[in-house]
Amino acid sequence: METVITVVLQGILLGSLYALFAMGLSLIFGVMRLVNLAHGDLIICAAYLGLVLTQSLGISPFLSLIIVIPAFFGIGMLFQVGMLNRTLGKGPLPPLLVTFGLSVILQNALLLGFKADNKRLDAGSVETASLQLGGNIAVGILPLITLSITVAVMFGMQALLGRTSLGRALRATSDDAATAEIMGIDSRKMYAIAMGISLALVSIAGVLLGIRTTFAPSDGPARLIFAFEAVIIGGLGSLWGSFVGGLLLGLAQSIGAQINPGWFQLTGHLLTLLVLVVRPTGLFARTREA
Amino acid sequence: MNQQPTTNNQQLLTVEQVNVFYGELQALFEVSIQVGQGETIAIIGANGAGKTTLLRAISGEVPVKQGQINYQNKATRGVAAHQLTKLGISLVPEGRKIFPSLSVSENLKIGAYSNRKGPWNLEKVYQLFPVLRERANVSGTNLSGGQQQMLAIGRALMNNPDLLLMDEISLGLAPIIVKDIYNVVKDIARSGTTLIIVEQDVSRSLQVADRVYCLLEGRVSLQGQPADLRPEQISQAYFGV
Repeated sequence: METVITVVLQGILLGSLYALFAMGLSLIFGVMRLVNLAHGDLIICAAYLGLVLTQSLGISPFLSLIIVIPAFFGIGMLFQVGMLNRTLGKGPLPPLLVTFGLSVILQNALLLGFKADNKRLDAGSVETASLQLGGNIAVGILPLITLSITVAVMFGMQALLGRTSLGRALRATSDDAATAEIMGIDSRKMYAIAMGISLALVSIAGVLLGIRTTFAPSDGPARLIFAFEAVIIGGLGSLWGSFVGGLLLGLAQSIGAQINPGWFQLTGHLLTLLVLVVRPTGLFARTREA
Repeated sequence: MNQQPTTNNQQLLTVEQVNVFYGELQALFEVSIQVGQGETIAIIGANGAGKTTLLRAISGEVPVKQGQINYQNKATRGVAAHQLTKLGISLVPEGRKIFPSLSVSENLKIGAYSNRKGPWNLEKVYQLFPVLRERANVSGTNLSGGQQQMLAIGRALMNNPDLLLMDEISLGLAPIIVKDIYNVVKDIARSGTTLIIVEQDVSRSLQVADRVYCLLEGRVSLQGQPADLRPEQISQAYFGV
């Protein structure tokens, strides 16, 4: 029984990081029907930026978020305005290729700058601290922090999209960009803001990933796969779906690892395939809570 | 093109010899219209005559290849649709284009995105269309066709437009609802808002319009005040026979 509880808890805690990966990807897809293939590499970039800041300033990785989040928000807006907005209206392929190109560039730039060695972010004692829940069940403090941040981000995004004028404008642009324009909404600006928010989420995910585990320049695509799988399980364009999808993916991996450590990734992929077969639109088809 | 029709010197909008293309296909041929401050203009014509294209050119949704559109004495070439909305041009689009992920009240609030000052606000629109208040929290696309049309008109009014463009607002609606909606349109016109109404229903548009332009295959085939136009003139301009 204790094993079952532990597996479920570990799965949910692991999944909360995947949920964070997935939400940024899902937001971009929802607002501009764009799949950002550089999403995983940007997560790794954020981890490296956290590394540079912790090493040069001697601060905790958590504190580095104060710089990493706004930096990535700005990078996201610049990326959208400078590159992706120029590919709009030319079909789905050009923006996809731009993000693919960015993915290749980022991996190689990181390799040049940081070598191929595994790096990690040092957050001190919090990394190994755990909370005893009675019996033989204990959960790590760091995964708990990750889960709390993911839940906070989830509700924050919900409030932003559901209750603010900016959120309304983002949803209207997502529904119908041409009609949003005649409401006075600059859709290109909305895309830039959406990309900024997406990369802000990416940056949080990257730093948390870097504290949790080691990372290397070529790790991006694997993170992209997990983010994709979470989005597919949850349903494209649905934030709640991505959140639950991330948790379910983590759960599947955790269960798989319990059966056989080598099955860690396999069960996650199998769950994704199962969802694609049984319910191809994802568990939560694209609906937005207002 | 060569007539000097208007009685009003205060021009809000002039369209001068405008050509519009969709790719290789030319949709408008040297179309010229003048719209005076406070006028109600009807643009009539058969399917494919270019009425919607003309409205989309005015609202900045499609680019003008040759010719010029002036709004408030400024050329609008190169001005994006969202900027023209901020300058006071609002469009009630063909097919209503209600945002499905927004509730009725959110659809209205998005209309006020540019924060233009004026008489219209959420309360005034609810007074105009009380049914929208009753259904404020349902998704905009869950309304009936007539209610959606009211929502589309209310949403455009929320921008407090100086120039309101209405595209086929009677399309697909029951006659009784069309009558209600046109009563509201008359009220809006009386309040001083300049209107351009695109309509296939000729008699309906003749009732509300100060002046009428008829389009035929992308060209202005007839213009004038409803009282001066004979039915056979109109049918010739409309059908080109």
